[in-house]
Amino acid sequence: MLDSFKGGLPALAGVGYKPQHFNDILANAAPVGWLEIHAENYMGAGGRPLAQLRHLAERFPISVHGVGMSIGGEADLDLDHLARLKTLCDWLNPASFSEHLAWSTHDGAFLNDLLPLPYTPATLARVVDHIDHVQQVLGRRMLLENPSTYVAFTETSMGEVEFLTEIARRTGCGLLLDVNNVYVSATNQNYDPLGYIHAFPLHLVGEIHLGGHDEDRDSAGRRLLIDSHGAEVVDPVWELYAATLAQGGAKPTLIEWDNDVPEWQVLTAEAARAAALLVPA
Amino acid sequence: MTQTSFAKALLDPEEAIPLGVVGPDGQPDAKRLDVYRNNVAASLTRALEVGFPVVRKLVGDEFFGAMAVIFLRAHPPRNRQLALYGGDFPEFLANFSPVAHLGYLPDVARLEQALRDSYHAADSTGAPLDTLTSLTEAQLLQARIGLAPSLRVLRSDWPIYAIWAANTRGGPAPVMHGEELVILRPEFDPEPHLLSPGGAAFLTALQADKPLIEALAATGEGFDLSHILGLLLQGHAIVRITS
Repeated sequence: MLDSFKGGLPALAGVGYKPQHFNDILANAAPVGWLEIHAENYMGAGGRPLAQLRHLAERFPISVHGVGMSIGGEADLDLDHLARLKTLCDWLNPASFSEHLAWSTHDGAFLNDLLPLPYTPATLARVVDHIDHVQQVLGRRMLLENPSTYVAFTETSMGEVEFLTEIARRTGCGLLLDVNNVYVSATNQNYDPLGYIHAFPLHLVGEIHLGGHDEDRDSAGRRLLIDSHGAEVVDPVWELYAATLAQGGAKPTLIEWDNDVPEWQVLTAEAARAAALLVPA
Repeated sequence: MTQTSFAKALLDPEEAIPLGVVGPDGQPDAKRLDVYRNNVAASLTRALEVGFPVVRKLVGDEFFGAMAVIFLRAHPPRNRQLALYGGDFPEFLANFSPVAHLGYLPDVARLEQALRDSYHAADSTGAPLDTLTSLTEAQLLQARIGLAPSLRVLRSDWPIYAIWAANTRGGPAPVMHGEELVILRPEFDPEPHLLSPGGAAFLTALQADKPLIEALAATGEGFDLSHILGLLLQGHAIVRITS
């Protein structure tokens, strides 16, 4: 195991790590206080990705964020994938591990998207079983992230906040609150994003995500926001973030920018904006 | 809605919207499902573009994009490490009739796939030179030469190294002939090298843990032992010698 940072993530601004920023980060990372990686990109046997990660882990707390566990899937978890994740976490000893309330694999095919599930007592029981399994294998508590959704399901019988709160109660997991996802889903599903934040169990939140989205229209001409992780955070999301901090206090906050990745200075400008809200002048 | 029907609708644009998948008014809405369809196709296409840049350059961006969608619907990833996605791609290219006239394309894809595999392979340290030079000739012939886990061997009836080099670093125009290659990764960056005839058979025998004398027996006329040993040493690719 690497001699990495112990304890959880600090309540500072972090960014998603992209290899093209490696030298910038080592030269001057401020105000970035921690980094997040996608677990699936570091499951190789060796080479540059793991060597870079070893360097970074000596200097920064690292959050491992999985995108492929398919925790909301109908099938059992993929044990090979879980074993690779455990190898990574045992070696890296990250400050945090998180995954999504979503599914991405069906019948052995990995679709590489965070797909939505209906919220019912039956799907709740399945997600709880999967999280119990992950936490037991990893030997650590995980955070579960609220999704961006574009469709709803007629069979849904529970609200998303109620669903997430109950999962956390039954499994002991924490939650990752993606404020952009709240804004995207609330717009797409026609509910009040601030009401969602007010109802959210913020004491269980171990990390916040902020990111950009695209805007489109659905077949009926209604606004349809699409989580893109490819642009700046928009003002209404910053406002929602400020309201979240006012209600729940400072939390480790990630700027997520995975597509059309900008220069390091653009990312740090976004991180600085989050940092200013985390520690009001 | 079952995940079977949802997954099927994502991989097949002709499929109807699964029952019970709706917009905020409780009515089905095709454009909403299309967000997921687009995400799947675009992200997996992107993974193939990253993995096979020379194939893409050879067929053009637009053609590659259309071909990628046909491939990914029939061969979605089975592993969640997208950096390794496309194991079936060379075989698909060999059987995809619109590229049948580009006979070299499957082997170029195999070269790109081997470069990627090598990039993510386990680290190793080259054995010091004196472990080789301290042996007598008789000892050396009986020795087993352990190769780096990042080393890859390729053989093709096509000049794939020349094609790859011409499309990545502006090498000379390829001349029609078969090639044998080794990919070496001295530190982090895999690099293909041309081998003299018999080089691939020689390295394959060493990878199978055969003693040097048996690996030599697998070669023939034109094989150049000192050239290949020089390449392996420079590439830190000999990790142990067991006499």
